[in-house]
Amino acid sequence: MSGKAAGSVLLAALLAVPFVVQSEFWLSFWLLVLMFAFLGQSWNVLGGYGGQFSFGHALFFGGGAFGTAILQVRHGINAYLAGAIAITLTAMVGALLGYLVFRYRLRGAYFALVTLAFAEVARVLIASFEYTGGGFGMLVPLARGAANFQFDDRRIFYLIAWTLVAGGCLIALWLENSRFGAQLIAVRENEDGAQALGVDPVRTKVLAIALSAAMAATVGVFYVQNFLFVDSQIAFGPGMSIEALLVAIIGGVGTAFGPLIGAVVLHALGELAKQITGNAPGLNLVLYGLLLIAALRFLPSGFVSAFGRRPKASPGAVDA
Amino acid sequence: MLGGLLVPAVINGLALGAIYALTALGLTLIYGVLHIINFAHGSLLMLALYAALFLYTLGGVDPYVAILVLMPAFFAAGYVLQRLVIQPAWHGRDENVLLVTLGLAIVIDNLALWLWTSTTRSIDSRYAFEVVDLGVAFIPIAKLVGFFGALAFGALLWALMTFTDLGKAIRAVAREREGARLVGVRVEHIYAMTFGIGTAMVAAAACLLLPTFYVTPQVGYAFVLVAFTTVVLGGMGSFPGALFAGLLLGVVEALCGLYLGESLGQIGIFVVFILMVLFRPTGLFGARA
Amino acid sequence: MLEVRDLRKRFGGLSAVDGASLDVAEGEIVALIGPNGAGKTTLFASISGFVRPDAGAVRFLGADIAGVAPHLICARGLARTFQIVQPFEKLSVRENIAVGAHLHRPARREALAHAEAVACRVGLERRLDQPAASLTVAARKRLELAKALATDPKLLLLDEVMAGLNPTEVDEVVAVIRAIRADGVTVLLTEHVMQAVVSLAERVYVLANGRIIAQGTTTSVTSDAAVIEAYLGRGAAERLRSRREVRHAP
Repeated sequence: MSGKAAGSVLLAALLAVPFVVQSEFWLSFWLLVLMFAFLGQSWNVLGGYGGQFSFGHALFFGGGAFGTAILQVRHGINAYLAGAIAITLTAMVGALLGYLVFRYRLRGAYFALVTLAFAEVARVLIASFEYTGGGFGMLVPLARGAANFQFDDRRIFYLIAWTLVAGGCLIALWLENSRFGAQLIAVRENEDGAQALGVDPVRTKVLAIALSAAMAATVGVFYVQNFLFVDSQIAFGPGMSIEALLVAIIGGVGTAFGPLIGAVVLHALGELAKQITGNAPGLNLVLYGLLLIAALRFLPSGFVSAFGRRPKASPGAVDA
Repeated sequence: MLGGLLVPAVINGLALGAIYALTALGLTLIYGVLHIINFAHGSLLMLALYAALFLYTLGGVDPYVAILVLMPAFFAAGYVLQRLVIQPAWHGRDENVLLVTLGLAIVIDNLALWLWTSTTRSIDSRYAFEVVDLGVAFIPIAKLVGFFGALAFGALLWALMTFTDLGKAIRAVAREREGARLVGVRVEHIYAMTFGIGTAMVAAAACLLLPTFYVTPQVGYAFVLVAFTTVVLGGMGSFPGALFAGLLLGVVEALCGLYLGESLGQIGIFVVFILMVLFRPTGLFGARA
Repeated sequence: MLEVRDLRKRFGGLSAVDGASLDVAEGEIVALIGPNGAGKTTLFASISGFVRPDAGAVRFLGADIAGVAPHLICARGLARTFQIVQPFEKLSVRENIAVGAHLHRPARREALAHAEAVACRVGLERRLDQPAASLTVAARKRLELAKALATDPKLLLLDEVMAGLNPTEVDEVVAVIRAIRADGVTVLLTEHVMQAVVSLAERVYVLANGRIIAQGTTTSVTSDAAVIEAYLGRGAAERLRSRREVRHAP
């Protein structure tokens, strides 16, 4: 079975969850998996297809989360409008950051560290001002109703999350079969080579980071509507950035269903680790880290590659 | 009012900055040779802090004496980690190495959290409260030792790289990996040696830092971020750059802490970093993009 | 079609191109030859936008393109290949060529179809689904040519596309380039393989130390004293002539 077939089957199976699973706990668990799958897909657009490894994707998640929370709480703006504004603004922030960095052709380690630094600055700044909730975070007032994007029934959130993930996979498939995607991948593989063929590398990467930021911000908005709470550590902390890239990399970078598979595998194993270690603080993450190391060693192309052929080219054959 | 605090703040900043510099020297060495960002660098610093702490509390070993034990121990640990964990995950892809070190950081940090909980610990060595009068300010002796100790280890590393055969081999690998292999340098061995030396620097930094600092399982993360910043600011792979940038960032942090409040101290570091990335992306001392 | 006037480029203290001028008319195959380090690659890079010249003019189809970004120059119809080939390693041959084809073909299907057609023109039709990373040196050179060709250029700059090929392979590529010209594409090439230069180029420019020291037909240029000196060192022409005279002496 190919990675795409396995991913499609998995996606279809996940649609059944809210109709089969009765326990609130497991519904929340799978909801979280879907959220992180989409977050991973947002990272994958830039990191997998674009080859730009962000270590600060929390910046975009947090931009969406705090954007919508601030607009709703401080300015009384409707949840849908607030969400749309937050996503748009975050995409613009992403584009600006991308322009500043890509203009100098900074990439690789530099890009990773710059995004990390921006996320850290955001984390500290957000925690420092009353307007942004300070150290306590922001609570969105409870006002159930479709008009406020708040649903009593968690299954509705689940179905929205599933739709997002399915949309994310479609975005990835579109990248694999479109001019923009071909140009983005070409820039990833060889920037000079792409530019010699008429591809504008800066424009291509800026569009990719804007798309990626908008997707991550969407997860942030969704998170706030679901939990009605966010603080700067959750939103901008390194945990969120690491989650975004791990899900994509463990699943398989630059593959349409990699982030989904990665999110399922990681969280299933994380949950398993929790059950085994009996909630001893940290121990489940130890197991998580060991798993990551093992995965990199034995499945360097991600779990997608566990599903038969995905050869494109042997990594390592091309070392400058 | 703040004027009177300015000089002590700068001196304190220099003292902390020297530790930043020493930590960053290890990181920049590893980057310069292996071209990887070692995410576990801060976690190894945290481990070394705990090791020094327990040597003191359980064995009564002075942190400065502990350097003699911990540097070889951490060198060996670094060598083994590179050989057995990092190298096998390479598969010719640099991002894999970066992620393996990230995995290592997660494992080490959370193991520490599980073993030692998140309690903040520190030692009260006999010289913790001894100060010297520098004329313009009083400064704890331990900070003075930390400052000059860090510079001394920096000098030692420089001497090692400049005068020994090992140093020459490391520089050869850094410049021309395949060429070095052709003239008989065992590249994998040199990689592991480099990683070991970088890790030994972290152990030295921890021992110099412990008397005036504290340790929690999370302390590594804060340090690794600053160390990254130092390395990039100094120009990736540059020794004098890392030294200068470390001192600069120590002072920037101290001054931001003084004027903006303790919690915003590190903001200054990232603002400096971002400004540098925007206006001088190759770093203060770097020539390579 | 292409006019280069008094182009200059220095790197640090070194003058790579020092006032070079050349012309290429529509439909020609022109070669740029010269010893190693003469500045050929820098001159190509300056024309194609990868290096910003310090002074001088580059006019392509009447418009000044000196200092214009490479992708914009390519969009105007001036495509180049690299001496050190720049394939997209993990992509298949078809996908590689499609990147070039996309320049004027937004639709994926069209770009892939065009890629296939171009692959046939350069003799890569049997490797369409092979990843670029697995190609031989000769096939990589052809891929480099195909990618540039897929952008529908009016002028094609070929930087040593035949270096490293064996004589049979050179002959094949020579035939491919002739066919490309026959389809209406003008060609400016640098080449070390003289077999190719002689059989392809109608006109030759010789670059040495960043300057054009000779131009003309291949036969006139290869007997030029300055050219021989540039290749073989100062006084070489003199020595050659005297040796010839000695031989001809009774």
